[in-house]
Amino acid sequence: MKALTPAERAVINGLQGGFPISARPFAEAGAALGLAEDEVIATIRHLVETGTVSRFGPLWNPEEMGGAVCLAAMAVPAERFATVADQVNAHAEIAHNYERDHVLNMWFVASSVNPERIDGVFAEIEAETGLKVWPMPKEEEFFVGFRVEV
Amino acid sequence: MLDASDRALVAATQTGLPLLADPYGALAATLGRSREEVMQAFARLLAAGAIRRIGIIPNHYAVGITANGMSVWDVADEAVAELGAKIGALAFVSHCYRRPRHLPAWRYNLFAMVHGRSREEVAEKVEEIAILAGEHARDHRILYSKRILKKTGLRLGA
Repeated sequence: MKALTPAERAVINGLQGGFPISARPFAEAGAALGLAEDEVIATIRHLVETGTVSRFGPLWNPEEMGGAVCLAAMAVPAERFATVADQVNAHAEIAHNYERDHVLNMWFVASSVNPERIDGVFAEIEAETGLKVWPMPKEEEFFVGFRVEV
Repeated sequence: MLDASDRALVAATQTGLPLLADPYGALAATLGRSREEVMQAFARLLAAGAIRRIGIIPNHYAVGITANGMSVWDVADEAVAELGAKIGALAFVSHCYRRPRHLPAWRYNLFAMVHGRSREEVAEKVEEIAILAGEHARDHRILYSKRILKKTGLRLGA
C-alpha cells in the first residue's frame, strides 16, 4: 500500500459523502478541506485512476428505484465448488459472490430492476445445481454506510 | 419510484460524476437539460433516499481494510430491533440487517458486517458487539470471506 499524500488523506476522510450540489462543488468542497478546486479534482482523478477510490459520484440505492436486491446462501460440496461458482456467476443478476467459512459456504447477492426476477434466478440456480438456495432477504435495515479513516 | 429523466440520470452517473469544475452542468449538457434541473433532481433524490450519498466510494482493499467478517447473531426476536439499532450505530459496522432464520440449518437472525485491517482486528470488534449484546445474543459466529468469486456493480435503473 502506497503512502497517501496529505491531500489524498483529506479527500478520502472528508469526501465520503456530503459532496455539494452547486455550480462549483469542487471549489466548495475544497474550501472545507483547505484545498484549491483544481487540487481537489486532480486528487480525486488520481485516486480513481490508481484504484484507491472505486468511484466518485452518487451512491444509488437500488431498492428506492423499484429494483430488488437479495442475499442468499448455499451449502456447496467442496469437490463441486468451482463448477457451482461458475453456474451461479453465469447469471447476470448475480452482483457479488463470496466464499465464506461455514457449511453454508457460498454467499451471493442477486439484484434486478424487476423484483420478480430474484426468485426466478434462485429457482434457476437450484435447478441447475440441484442444491438448495437459502434466501436471506433483509427484513429490517438498521444501518448502511461506512466511513473509512485513513 | 423514478421517472424517465431520473433513470437517465442513473444511467449517466453509474460510473461517476464528471471530474470537471462544473460537474452538474457537464452532466446536464449530455442529458439535454439545464444545470438547475439536474441539481434539483440530485437534491430531491438525495432527500428521498434514492441516492444514499454523493462523494468518493473508497476501495476498502486499497486503503488496507482487507479483512471483512460477516458477524451473525442469534437474538431473541423481541430484542432484535433495539439491539440492531445499537450495533448499527457502531463506527466499524458497515451494514446491519435483520434476516430470516432457516431452522435447523441457520439460526442467526441479525447480521452485522465488520471491517478491519486484519482478522484479529475484526475479531476484537466482534467481541465489542458481543459485550454490547450481552445476554440478548444466544450465539454468534464470524463468517470471514475466503475468496471473492464475483464482484460487479449492482445493475440499476435504465
